[in-house]
Amino acid sequence: MNHAGIPSAATMRLKNRPSFYQTIRNSLTMAYRGLLKIRHTPEQLFDVTLQPILFTLMFTYIFGGAISGDVHSYLPVIIPGILVQTVIGTSIVTGVQLREDMDKGVFDRFKSLPIARIAPLAGALLADTVRYAIATVLTFIMGYLMGFRAEGGLGSVAIAGLLVIVCSWGVSWIFAFFGVLARSASSVQGISMIILFPLTFLSNAFVPVDTMPDWLQWFVNINPISHLVSAVRELTGAGTFGQDVAISLAGAAIIVAVFAPLTVRAYMRKA
Amino acid sequence: MVKENKTLGRGEWAVEARGLVKTFGDNRAVDGVDLQVRAGTIYAVLGPNGAGKTTTIRMLATLLRPDAGSASIFGYDVKKEPQIVRQLIGVTGQYASVDESLSATENLIIFSRLLGLGRGEARRKASELLEEFGLTEAAKRPLKNFSGGMRRRLDLAASLIAQPPLIFLDEPTTGLDPRTRAQMWETIRRLVKTGSTVLLTTQYLDEADQLADRIAVIDRGHVVAEGTADELKASVGTSSLHLRVQRAHEVDGAKRLVEHTLGVKAALSAEAGKITAPMSDADKVTDLLIALRTAGIHLAEISVLKPTLDEVFLTITGHGVKENENSASHEAEPEEVLA
Repeated sequence: MNHAGIPSAATMRLKNRPSFYQTIRNSLTMAYRGLLKIRHTPEQLFDVTLQPILFTLMFTYIFGGAISGDVHSYLPVIIPGILVQTVIGTSIVTGVQLREDMDKGVFDRFKSLPIARIAPLAGALLADTVRYAIATVLTFIMGYLMGFRAEGGLGSVAIAGLLVIVCSWGVSWIFAFFGVLARSASSVQGISMIILFPLTFLSNAFVPVDTMPDWLQWFVNINPISHLVSAVRELTGAGTFGQDVAISLAGAAIIVAVFAPLTVRAYMRKA
Repeated sequence: MVKENKTLGRGEWAVEARGLVKTFGDNRAVDGVDLQVRAGTIYAVLGPNGAGKTTTIRMLATLLRPDAGSASIFGYDVKKEPQIVRQLIGVTGQYASVDESLSATENLIIFSRLLGLGRGEARRKASELLEEFGLTEAAKRPLKNFSGGMRRRLDLAASLIAQPPLIFLDEPTTGLDPRTRAQMWETIRRLVKTGSTVLLTTQYLDEADQLADRIAVIDRGHVVAEGTADELKASVGTSSLHLRVQRAHEVDGAKRLVEHTLGVKAALSAEAGKITAPMSDADKVTDLLIALRTAGIHLAEISVLKPTLDEVFLTITGHGVKENENSASHEAEPEEVLA
C-alpha cells in the first residue's frame, strides 16, 4: 500500500466552511453523477419520452374541437399549456427519485465527505434538467408534426423552452423538499400530485379563462402556472417578451429562495 | 480551497468522546459513551447487534447529532466544526456506502472529484485504488453483480481517497467469508502502519483480539469494559482446558492431579470422563501431562477453548448476548450473519 505519507491532522490546512467555488464544483460533480445514473438506467426516461407524445395527442384531439372550433386553431393554445403541464409534472419525479436515492447507503458517504451540504441535492436537481429538456423538445416536435407553427420563430421557441426548464427546476425544489421529508417514495408521489393537479388544471393551460366562474378566474389569474403558460404563448406566438416572463422567473426565484434552504435544512436534520 | 491554517496541539487523541447520548423515541441507543482513541492505533468497539456501536460511530463521523455529551476528532468538536472533522475522517459503513447504480471506477472518480481532485488526478487515483484492492478486473462492471467482499473493498478504497488520518470501519468483516476476512484484516493493519488511526466496530472477540490495540466492550449503549485485549481477556477469565480420560473410572484421580498441578478448581462435566478446568498458565499443562503419564492415566482427548464473546458478555454484563439468540455460534461462523 502506498499511503506512505498520510498527512497528520496537525499539518493539514483545515477550514469549517466550504467556499462558494467549492459549492458550485461539488454540485456540478453531483450533477455528473446524476447524468451517469441516467446513462446506466435509460429506462428511467420512459416517462419524459412517452408522456409528451401521449398527452399532446390526447388533449389536442379531445379538446380541440370543443374549445377552439377545430384542432388546428387549438394548437397555439394547447402546445404551450401541455408543455408547461408536462415539464412541471416531470419535476415530481425529481422528488420521488431523490427519496429513493437518499435511502441508499451512498448518501451516508456524501454526508461524511467534506463537501457543501447542498451539493447532493442541487446536483440531483441540476441533472434532472436533462429530463425537462427531453420533455420540452419532444412536446415541440409533437406540436410541429400536428401542424403547430410558432410565429415567433425558432429562436423564441428555444427561449420559451429554456424558460420552462428553468421554472421547472425552480418548482422541483418543492418536490425535493417533500422528497427529503417523506418516509417513502410513494408518499412523495401522492403529496406532489395533490399539489400539482390543481395548480396545472386551475390555470389557463387548456381552456380560455373567461369561460370560468369569477371566483375561479381570480385564482387562475394569480396562479404562477398561468403566467408561465402565457409567457410561452407570447414567445412562441409573437416572439416578444412580456411581463409574464418576468413574473414567471420571479416566481421560480421565490420558490428556490424559500424551498432550497428548507430542503437543505431538512436534509441535514434527517439521520 | 484552503485559506485558514490551524495547527493543533492536542494531536495525541484521535478521538475523545465524553458522555455521548443518542435517543430514538424511547430507546436510548447510546447512553453515555466515553471513548479515547490514541492517534496511530487500532481501536475496536466490541458488542452485539443493537448495542449502540453504529450509532456511536455515526455520531463521531458527524452523520448523527448527539443528544448530549461531546466528542472531538483530533481536537475538533464534531458539533461545532463538523466540516473540519469531515476532512479528517473516512467512513466505511456497515452497509457498503457506495453507489449501486454506477461502476466501481465511476464511484471512485466521483468521490475523488468531490474531494477536490482534478479530472485526470481522479482517474489516476481511481485506477490506483482499484489495483491496490484487486478490483481492476471488475472496474467497469455494475456494482449489482459485486460480491459482499468486493463491495466492502470498494467501500474501503473510497474511504482512503483523501488519505484521512482517522478511518471509521463499521463492522468491516460482518458477512465476509474467512478468506476475505483475513484479507480485510491485512489491509487494516497496513493502513495503521502508514500512520492512520482506525476505529472499528465488531461483534467478534477474535477480530478485536487480532487487530486492536485497545478494545471497548459496549452493551445497551454503555461502555462496560475497556482495555487492551489481554486486560479484557484476563477480566473475562482465561481459556479453559478440557480433558477426557480413556477409562472412565480414572476420572477422579485425573481430576485430583489437575487440581493439584494447575492449582485451580476443576469440574467434571456430565459427559463421562470429561474434566474442565480454567487454564491461566499454559506452561503448567506440560507438568500436568507428565504427571498424568507418571500416574498411568491415559487421555482420549485434550483441547483448549478460548473465551467466546458470549462468555465475555456473561462475565462483564451478567447476561448473555441477547440479540442473535438463534445464531449462538456466530462467534465461530461470521459468514452466517449476512450484511
